[in-house]
Amino acid sequence: MSAVTAPERTFRRRVADLIKRRETSVVVAIVLVVALATSVNSSFAFGRDGWRNLLLTPSLLVVLAVAQAVVIISKNIDLSVSAVLGLTAYATGEMFTAWPSLPIPVVVVVAIAFGSGLGAVNGLLVSRARVPSLVITLGTLYIFRGLGIAWVGSAHIKPSDVPDSFERIGIASVLGVPVLTMVAIVVVIVAAFVLGSTRPGRELYAIGSNEEAADLYGLRVQRRVFFSFVASGTLAGLAGVMYAARYVMVDSQAGSGLELQSVAGAVVGGVAITGGSGTVIGAALGAVLLTTISRALPIVGVPDFWQQALVGALIIAAIVLDRVLANRHARRLVQEREPNVEPAEVAR
Amino acid sequence: MSSTLIDERTAPTAPATGTRWRRLLFGRDAAIIALLAVVWLVALFAVPHFNSPSTLYYLLEDIFPVLLIALPMTMVVITGEIDLSVGSMVGLGSVVVGALVQGGMPFGTAAAVALAVGAVGGALNGYLVTKVGLPSLAVTIGTLALFRGLAVSILGNRSVTGFPQEWKDLAQSRMFGSGTALPSIIWLFVILAVVFVTLLHFTPTGRATYAIGMNDEAARFSGINSDRLKLGLFAATGAISALAGIWFVLYYNTARGDNATGLELSVVAAVLVGGVSIFGGKGGLPGVIAGVLLIGALRSALRLADVSSDAINVATGVLLVVTVIVPSLVLWLGRVRKALILGVRVRSGAPGAPHREEEL
Repeated sequence: MSAVTAPERTFRRRVADLIKRRETSVVVAIVLVVALATSVNSSFAFGRDGWRNLLLTPSLLVVLAVAQAVVIISKNIDLSVSAVLGLTAYATGEMFTAWPSLPIPVVVVVAIAFGSGLGAVNGLLVSRARVPSLVITLGTLYIFRGLGIAWVGSAHIKPSDVPDSFERIGIASVLGVPVLTMVAIVVVIVAAFVLGSTRPGRELYAIGSNEEAADLYGLRVQRRVFFSFVASGTLAGLAGVMYAARYVMVDSQAGSGLELQSVAGAVVGGVAITGGSGTVIGAALGAVLLTTISRALPIVGVPDFWQQALVGALIIAAIVLDRVLANRHARRLVQEREPNVEPAEVAR
Repeated sequence: MSSTLIDERTAPTAPATGTRWRRLLFGRDAAIIALLAVVWLVALFAVPHFNSPSTLYYLLEDIFPVLLIALPMTMVVITGEIDLSVGSMVGLGSVVVGALVQGGMPFGTAAAVALAVGAVGGALNGYLVTKVGLPSLAVTIGTLALFRGLAVSILGNRSVTGFPQEWKDLAQSRMFGSGTALPSIIWLFVILAVVFVTLLHFTPTGRATYAIGMNDEAARFSGINSDRLKLGLFAATGAISALAGIWFVLYYNTARGDNATGLELSVVAAVLVGGVSIFGGKGGLPGVIAGVLLIGALRSALRLADVSSDAINVATGVLLVVTVIVPSLVLWLGRVRKALILGVRVRSGAPGAPHREEEL
């Protein structure tokens, strides 16, 4: 087999690659949606509140979509993220009421660690029992949410329960950028670095592409999968703290339904549900697109109710597009290798 | 495994009678039926009022949609696919009926339209899975949101009530007069169960279903039209989900966009508890029906024992997780035992370790 020389990375080629990336098209879509909504009602993006909401609202789902991307890339799924978010959000408020003297950073760290613990339960069950994560996290979604309801009952956290300084974190801005948005951006940067440029991250891609091959190659599959679930639990816990800071009102149903939106965000952003491909930045942009669309719908005159149907249509469109692109790519690769083969024989 | 030499040329035959009996007595179907019997007996003695006819009536009505949808879902899971959109299709079916009846259409016609919508929605799932070649998990998460979104957009936050009494009687009445245990509508389940049990366990189509689940490619090469069968199964799942939606409207006398939210979880849980492997190729309808009844009995007993409905959800989740990890646990214990006998250290996860000899 002769070595294949990498194509020269000319400037034009790089630009062409950039244009073809999923992230680019998602960014274009976000800009279009924002432009459309702003042309109808200029307060969507301009003015103090418009600008803040534009940045602040997606931050929660961005963190959850990153959490989801980490597990989907290793060909797993975590449906329990929303229940973890609910539990940690309530735990945050509960700690403030039970121990008012506890400093805020301690509460935040404990709440996030609680999320990691719940993620570890998922990770242990998935990696040890070798049962598909879909089934396990479906079960733990039931269990965590049920435990949450049993614990919270009809009670809820009220704004008066949390210290003012914590409440301010939810709405504060530094240099025009909301604090929670900054948290989300930091999460994206760190996760993008870990998955893109470190050994554990690259191994997750390898496991997602072909678990058996990764195992034969000597990668510690079980351990990596375990830690990917711990990571997603940790991020869901962080999202729970953000939820508590942003909305302050927390009841037993906090965050319900977000598990599907987080999957949708990741998938729309180009993270293939079949594992092994996609980026954290794509997942984050997908989440931004989804939240921005659902905020823009009422402004352009579409009733709120259509939002969910649109999310569904977007997920399906994204995975169909993924499949078409993957097919075309595979066909081109085969043609480059064997120019004489008819394209029709390559399909499937 | 026996040590007799096997002539490779002989055609495969049915296993010896002894093996067959052993399979019947110690298989997963038998285990789940035994578990159901134990739970039922314990509930009869320990839970007050569990033996009253009304308990059984409400138990059966409570799990009726799960009973219906579990039939086609079992076959879908045996082919190695999954359909998470069923709960949303129940909602969409009930909303279609509600909106059409409100618009002045007779109930029967509206129900027929809802069934057609269900079949088309299911066929859409099937088309995307078979013709476009997408993973059913992703497709049906998408249609879960899509169907639910359509259901919610059609009626908004309104709800339709006031359906014709003679139709409501169909879903609410009891077979042998008031105070007796069996809901009349159970005949619908019995007929469908007979159809599906026959189809899965006594026809070539049923064998093809298992073959696809074992190895889709091998099934294709042996002449099975895998795509057509899967498409049909998805369409049937959609239609029966819409049927459950019609029942939902009649039994609860309300059509709302959020009807049966989360029902897909109960159905999948019941099918897996009933012994069907999520990897496909294994399981059967007797076990699944027992699994649905097991979940129903557990819920009903806990409710009568004054346990809150949230704790019941926890119990369902625990049951689901436990039943799926038990086979792995048994396998692991078997490995440990073998290793102890042979004096070899077990290193799970080491390359080449025989931990994947049977993926459960």
